[in-house]
Amino acid sequence: MTAALPTSLIENPRLDRWIRFLPDRTVRIASGKVEIGQGIVTALGQIAADELDLPYGRVVVLSGDTAEGPDELYTSSSHSIEIGGSSIRLICAEVRANALERAALRLNCSPTDLAVVEGRFLQCGAETGQDYWTVAGEIDLTQNVKGTATPKAASAHSIVGQDVPRRDLPAKVSGGAAFIHDVLTHGILHARVLRQPSPGAQLVSLGEAAIRRAAKGEIQILREANFVAFVSEAESVADAAAVAAERQARWDRVRKLTPEQQEAAWLRDQPSEERPHGAAAAASPPRNLVRATYSRPYVAHASLAPSCALAEYRDGHLTVHSHGQGMHPLRRNLAAALGLPIEAITARHLHGAGCYGHNGADDAAMDAALIAMRLPGRQIRVRWRREEEFGFEPVGPAMLITLHVQLDDRGYPADWTTEIWSPTHVQRPGSGGALLASEALANPPPPAKPTDPPVERGGGATRNAIPLYDIPAHRILHHLVLNPPVRTSALRGLGALPNVFAIESMLDDLAARIGQDPLAYRLAILFDPRARRLLEQAALRCGWASRGPAGTGKGLGLGFARYKNRSAYAAVAAAVAVDEEVRVERIWCVADAGLVVNPDGARNQLEGGIVQAISWTLKEQVRFDERGIASRDWGSYPILSFSEVPEMQVELVDGAGNPALGLGECSCGPAAAAVGNAVAHALGARIHDMPFTRERIVKALL
Amino acid sequence: MSLSFTVNGETRTVEAAAGTSLLDVLRNHLGLVGTRFGCGLEQCGSCMVLVDGEPVHACSRDVSTLAGRTVTTIEGLSSDGKRQPLQQAFLDEQAGQCGYCLSGILISAKALLDRNPRPSRADIVAALDRHLCRCGAHQRILRAVERAAAVMRGEAG
Ligand code: FES
Ligand code: FES
Repeated sequence: MTAALPTSLIENPRLDRWIRFLPDRTVRIASGKVEIGQGIVTALGQIAADELDLPYGRVVVLSGDTAEGPDELYTSSSHSIEIGGSSIRLICAEVRANALERAALRLNCSPTDLAVVEGRFLQCGAETGQDYWTVAGEIDLTQNVKGTATPKAASAHSIVGQDVPRRDLPAKVSGGAAFIHDVLTHGILHARVLRQPSPGAQLVSLGEAAIRRAAKGEIQILREANFVAFVSEAESVADAAAVAAERQARWDRVRKLTPEQQEAAWLRDQPSEERPHGAAAAASPPRNLVRATYSRPYVAHASLAPSCALAEYRDGHLTVHSHGQGMHPLRRNLAAALGLPIEAITARHLHGAGCYGHNGADDAAMDAALIAMRLPGRQIRVRWRREEEFGFEPVGPAMLITLHVQLDDRGYPADWTTEIWSPTHVQRPGSGGALLASEALANPPPPAKPTDPPVERGGGATRNAIPLYDIPAHRILHHLVLNPPVRTSALRGLGALPNVFAIESMLDDLAARIGQDPLAYRLAILFDPRARRLLEQAALRCGWASRGPAGTGKGLGLGFARYKNRSAYAAVAAAVAVDEEVRVERIWCVADAGLVVNPDGARNQLEGGIVQAISWTLKEQVRFDERGIASRDWGSYPILSFSEVPEMQVELVDGAGNPALGLGECSCGPAAAAVGNAVAHALGARIHDMPFTRERIVKALL
Repeated sequence: MSLSFTVNGETRTVEAAAGTSLLDVLRNHLGLVGTRFGCGLEQCGSCMVLVDGEPVHACSRDVSTLAGRTVTTIEGLSSDGKRQPLQQAFLDEQAGQCGYCLSGILISAKALLDRNPRPSRADIVAALDRHLCRCGAHQRILRAVERAAAVMRGEAG
């Protein structure tokens, strides 16, 4: 095996973990990456069909299955196509070569005489009667992948690069049982959980009689330390019990939160671990120093559906269905939390609503598993309540960012420091975090020391903290805040959005200092030709050349980044109108993701990232009060609505032979930055803190 | 209590306690799982159904108010298992990511097109504004409704 294999193949070398020939003349491809609304299952099917020369319809994809599929950790960080896709490409190329070798032996010819057409093997254009399925029995799929077969060149692709429609959408426009929430088989037991208000809180008393009365039906109340579940054959009964339980539970040692803690500014004086990165400290005393501080508050994933999970414990085996982002990690985490051997658990993925990171999905799976262990032989369905999802999912961490920029004599950055205060961006169970319910059990896991992905691995808070621009010296001062008031974890792009917002805001203001156009200023310090091309094209699309003066209430702004400084590039332009509120009127986005498997699906992702970024920038903040997270419904946590979503023009430039780059998160930071710069242009004054509330707009104008 | 109403063209009789939501009855009693739960508070639109042709939040509608009325759910949009132009337009535009919002949105879009075959962009936005889509598929959804309207008027294929 060569070291150049994608990590997914190194971890799962056996061919049959990835590919099988099924008797119905289809090929089943397995992946550890799961569908979260991003179209990955369709895209992986395209890659496989192309590499095997099969019609797309003859490839089925099994995703997120611990019993049969590969372990590829989580579906996150735009890795699915870069790593998951290239693994499938290599596997299919190798199996195709093996199959042709077997067929050539039978036909007494050289494999190079054979061509594959729709899965049939042709010799010099003539049918041979051989195909994948005739030789499948002779291909040893228990072998490890060698990684020596050469996948097709991009120019030879016929399915990759096409707008193949999503496989899962027909059921979703027809009211099919498309989601995990829709598994309502006969005899299933519905469960709801009474959530421990904060880790360490103790349940002093629970008015069970009153809960039973309010439930208005047969109910089982399961209690283990501070974990309480209500189980019923009727969903409405379990639900009513959970609602009543909130009033009937008395808790001790609840951690009380205050509204001050919900602001990013609160982070600055908190205990933190210092994690410096990059160039040595700048020469002192600094010359021409410009400094500004930006922030984003805690924000929610806010999936449209509350988390849901199914679990059944039968004959010593636990089978869990979940819409989490990684089934193999979930299986390991459940094994550890429940004290079960890993072989005693199977975890399978079913679709949920979009999650955009680490939301309550895994926690719901743990809830269901705990209950299932207490009620063997029964299928348990846990569905969180809406207020539970908002109140207890891990939230995207607040970030406070101070940029210290030393300018050269011409007014360009000579030395750049990004100073960040932020809690951890990754607290998945098993890596810094725990499954929520385990905190409520008799022996809660010991507090883990917070950590954050290092810069070399793409960073957490530090993601995109280093500008892609050519700046002679740069460094990051990362204050990893150790005891945030709420549980924080991965949200689309981690620190990229706040960092890109800060960097790009600063660049516009630096350009203004020397009276230069923001686009020209950027191009003066940006050498990467792929990046330059995007900025130029976005500027062309939005009519940058005829951009008006600042301070008119109308604004045009640009934002740019290369996600993680190594994935897809995106340049975004935003046109806004500002009076008491910001209205984003139009968006133009130009992205370069190298080879694109499904261009329409890719545009869909870019569009979604833009809408979410605008929503975070203009509207969203998780709010706290005494009882914890206070914003527990869509009224107190509004998101961008149909009447607020701008017209968008999104395009992908030609991949020019470059490899596929993850793109699901690349438009978010540039979109937030473009809106920020457009608003600054409209107002003639900058807003540094998200969200752009009416108060902040008014304040900026004072 | 026992009551009868019409669901997707069929008369259904259900036993339900007073105060039971229509959403619960659809999903858990009648096996119509296409109507989704999002919030239970009339804030997201995932649960939208038609009652006598008008869009209604099933999550908060007491089923006891429905005796003798006519309910149409997302499942009732396709006839004989065939997708209607509205649904086909959503596929043609690939209007959706996770798709969780789509059942409710399709219902409101149907109500709109039933009373206004030539809606402006602003009409469509107004009809859908009480629906949330967290994935950001809004523009595709608006285009899909426009496309469906054109197809239904016989102007495009
Ligand atoms: S579930 Fe009815 S509006 Fe949200
Ligand atoms: S497509 Fe996911 S919420 Fe609309």
